[in-house]
Amino acid sequence: MSINTEATPYCEDVIKKFAIAAVFWGVVGFLAGDFIALQLAFPVLNLDLEWTSFGRLRPVHTSAVIFAFGGNVLFATSLYIVQRTSRASLFGGNGLGGFIFYGFQSFIVLAALSYVLGFSQGQEYAEPEWILDLYLTVIWVAYLIAFAGTIMKRKEPHIYVANWFFFAMILTIAMLHLGNNIAIPVSLTKSYNVFGGVQNAMTQWWYGHNAVGFFLTAGFLGIMYYFVPKRANRPVYSYRLSIVHFWALIFLYIWAGPHHLHYTALPDWAQTLGMTFSVMLWMPSWGGMINGLMTLSGAWDKLRTDPVMRFLVSSVAFYGMSTFEGPMMSIKAVNSLSHYTDWGIGHVHSGALGWVAFVSFGALYDLIPKLWGRKEVYSLKLVGVHFWVATIGIVLYITAMWISGIMQGLMWRAYDSLGFLQYSFIETVEAMHPYYVIRATGGFLFVLGALVMVYNVYKTIKGDVADEAYASAASGAR
Amino acid sequence: MATIEKDSVSGQNTTGHEWDGIKELNTPLPKWWVYVFWATVVWAVAYWFLYPSWPTVNGYLKGSLGYSSRGELANELDIQKKARSAWLSKIEASDVAAIEQDKDLLRYAMAGGKIAFNENCAACHGVGGVGAYGFPTLADDEWLWGGTLADIEQTIKFGVRNTNKDSRQSEMPKFGADGLLKDDQISAVADYVLSLASKAPAKGSAGETVFTENCVVCHGEDGSGQAALGAPALNNQIWLYKGTKDAIVAQVTKPKHGNMPAWSERLEPSTIKMLAVYVHNLGGGK
Repeated sequence: MSINTEATPYCEDVIKKFAIAAVFWGVVGFLAGDFIALQLAFPVLNLDLEWTSFGRLRPVHTSAVIFAFGGNVLFATSLYIVQRTSRASLFGGNGLGGFIFYGFQSFIVLAALSYVLGFSQGQEYAEPEWILDLYLTVIWVAYLIAFAGTIMKRKEPHIYVANWFFFAMILTIAMLHLGNNIAIPVSLTKSYNVFGGVQNAMTQWWYGHNAVGFFLTAGFLGIMYYFVPKRANRPVYSYRLSIVHFWALIFLYIWAGPHHLHYTALPDWAQTLGMTFSVMLWMPSWGGMINGLMTLSGAWDKLRTDPVMRFLVSSVAFYGMSTFEGPMMSIKAVNSLSHYTDWGIGHVHSGALGWVAFVSFGALYDLIPKLWGRKEVYSLKLVGVHFWVATIGIVLYITAMWISGIMQGLMWRAYDSLGFLQYSFIETVEAMHPYYVIRATGGFLFVLGALVMVYNVYKTIKGDVADEAYASAASGAR
Repeated sequence: MATIEKDSVSGQNTTGHEWDGIKELNTPLPKWWVYVFWATVVWAVAYWFLYPSWPTVNGYLKGSLGYSSRGELANELDIQKKARSAWLSKIEASDVAAIEQDKDLLRYAMAGGKIAFNENCAACHGVGGVGAYGFPTLADDEWLWGGTLADIEQTIKFGVRNTNKDSRQSEMPKFGADGLLKDDQISAVADYVLSLASKAPAKGSAGETVFTENCVVCHGEDGSGQAALGAPALNNQIWLYKGTKDAIVAQVTKPKHGNMPAWSERLEPSTIKMLAVYVHNLGGGK
């Protein structure tokens, strides 16, 4: 049964670096997020300084969590998985890997600095100016070469499903990055996008929605497809489903961007296409959820015994929830209520915290002990603490945003009996305050959980073992 | 090396592939999944026939329902307009004084004025017209530019110190910055203004002389102000820029001047009438 008769020398040095960077940037990104959440509840925290104002710190938060945290998780896991499932060492070795690592980390630092200092090209989730965009392009091409090169020298006859998703992510993100950032530079730190007005908005959301679809969905489905069966020690539920939902997802996602521009200057036909393709995306998304959850059949008891599995499975459940909510919110009638409200923020975070971060935590808790040759993490109990603290945080966050978002939407459209608007805008802002406080509290719990993880990861790398009895019970061979 | 095995839990065969110990079952697609997927596809295609959808060489498929977002908006605005027209036509036909006399019209104007005020005016003047530093309170009987209904309507329509040709204009000289008064004179007049404000004018002081020579033209001998020039009363404790000596010295040296948009350039005439009535009735209308 064991195929690995000959030991392949995997490049894991660079994987270790990416894993530690992921944990570090995760904490930075979550902290930045909770700070700006507090700014919304208590504007005095803008500190009356341009560098700490919400407008500059918000892209620091989004870039830190999506690209710094998410990106490093993707680099760590994809480059780990592609080696293992190809039975081949990393193409380019630690040299190319190191170039990607240091290149990407320096990009993050430069991008964050540029936001704080007030440089931005004003494209959401793509704020870095043209010079940094070019720099990132070089790094991304290096990543493509390392990944594709490893696939090409694989010793397995087939390419594992996780790698399809990673490959789709790498190629599509390259296309989106290049398309959305076509700009005419006027100086080293200033450029103008070639598209203006609604064309710019459409390009922006073609990029923005597919950053979600390919970076935060396809990439993390790749993670799910490796770590769930691996951790559950069960075969993937359905090979056929993985093929069908992969291609359906890839084909349909790219059309969904216009649903961010309902009831705007965007032509009606484009809005219709954006909406209908979003609704058709529902089942292809759920294909991933089904494959993730059903892989556990025969191993459901691990939910009780293994908190790492709990992270992985909960992430898939959150993924299922967000990918139902998304298509629903893309329907114009629903969108007319939800658009521009906090509901959108809640939706994003049920996906970002529940799906992306949870699957990342699960993967890191499985990956880090293996990378450093430990049997298990330092303390599975602390993984359990992290899980519950973070879960309560997410629940507080998304319920607060559902309530405030729907309330906001209803207040905006409320008329009194004489036909006047019932509420002024400022009254709706005032009504949000308690929910902003609850949201920031939820965010604080999420940060707290991440700090527990930092401690656990540190002790694991150090080689300490806290509760061996628990550990062996959970990871015991079945 | 591809060995197909039977999984004992599910009874499904594996595909025979294996990667790093991970195998895959050959489970067929869940039927409900396939059906729901096709249902969404059928729904999408049906929607394309009903609503504007695919682009063509010289336009786009219009859809059989003749829907457009613009049309939907125009329709909704039309419905609202019709619902309001009975009252609004009366507001349009009446002048502000007449609106205030008619109990029903007044009630309507107060409701409409309130939301218009909160959407457009409250950002500076505060909800309920409570005012803020540099932005006058509208709920008291102290008025920079007059507190009659006509004065208020005029101010709202054309604003203060803006580019509209009918805007209210006037600026206090920069007595200190332009060298019209010396520092000790400014200090003295600030003391005198404070004495005026506390209703105990310091008769015969150096400040009184400076005040008489420079300030009475606009602010009046007793400091009661002059609405026609927007010169605030100085003989009470209501201050736009604080009533400390430092603040008064600063204002005499290099005055701050507030401004206000000409709302007739932005709002419907009926909305401006309702706003005037609302502000007049906030508590301090004259």
